[in-house]
Amino acid sequence: MLEIGLGHYLALAAILFTIGVFGIFVNRKNVIILLMSIELILLSVNINMVAFSAHLGDLTGQVFAMFILTVAAAEAAVGLAILVVFFRNRGDIAVDDVNLMKG
Amino acid sequence: MLSAAAFYILSATAVLSALMVVIAKNPVRAVLFLILAFFSAAGLFVLLGAEFLAMILVIVYVGAVAVLFLFVVMMLDIDFAQLKEGFISHAPLGGVVALALAGILAMTGLSWVSADSASAALQSPTPDDMTNVAALGALIYDRYVLFFQIAGLVLLVAMIGAIVLTLRHRDGVKRQDMHAQVNRKREDSVEIVDIKSGEGIG
Repeated sequence: MLEIGLGHYLALAAILFTIGVFGIFVNRKNVIILLMSIELILLSVNINMVAFSAHLGDLTGQVFAMFILTVAAAEAAVGLAILVVFFRNRGDIAVDDVNLMKG
Repeated sequence: MLSAAAFYILSATAVLSALMVVIAKNPVRAVLFLILAFFSAAGLFVLLGAEFLAMILVIVYVGAVAVLFLFVVMMLDIDFAQLKEGFISHAPLGGVVALALAGILAMTGLSWVSADSASAALQSPTPDDMTNVAALGALIYDRYVLFFQIAGLVLLVAMIGAIVLTLRHRDGVKRQDMHAQVNRKREDSVEIVDIKSGEGIG
């Protein structure tokens, strides 16, 4: 209990991942919270990467966590930009009726 | 002992604030709880000995991404109560999926074993005589330099994409036009009118 090992970090990452997936399901209308849930999922992946990196004594995991951070930041920026454009065109951000492009 | 206490406090904060992100009514609060979650994750990274990633997490997420979220949440005039409507009706399905996922993850976590040859297959073992930042730097600028460049390219494309998406031309806004301003001639803008006294411009 007092000895913190790999399993503790994996459990924490699993809990965060589950919360993120739950957030995607319950906040279907609110894109902002959806994006935040995706950020939570990516954070849990990063915790996994760093935990294994520390456990195995291999720095590659931390390098990959850095690249995940990069992609997550880019994704958030582009996602929020799309959100702003969508709001300008529609006047709200309810995404459950985003089917403008449907043929 | 101390690190165990730190782990439990930080992970409890992370889990609770992640829950608050998902269920908060006010998106501004959700963003602030997201910041708290990232802060506690950064603390966990420090516990794991990944100081550089902890600092990057604070700078990139708290400094850039969360502030971006805050800007968007506060800039857009949205009826957030209306967006929360489907929460209760979607909650059972979300709960079932989340529980199933948690079950799968737990099954994987409990049945997982490390291969005997795992320690021999290390790609880049952590050096003993270097700090975390120096070791990561030596790795990124040497072995993973191509990936590092590609990461920069991804950020550049994202930046250009965000600007292209949100930039719009607005009529009625006076902008600077250097060429026109510099090339303005006196004759174009000044007219000398000889007005006889007592008559006015009429």
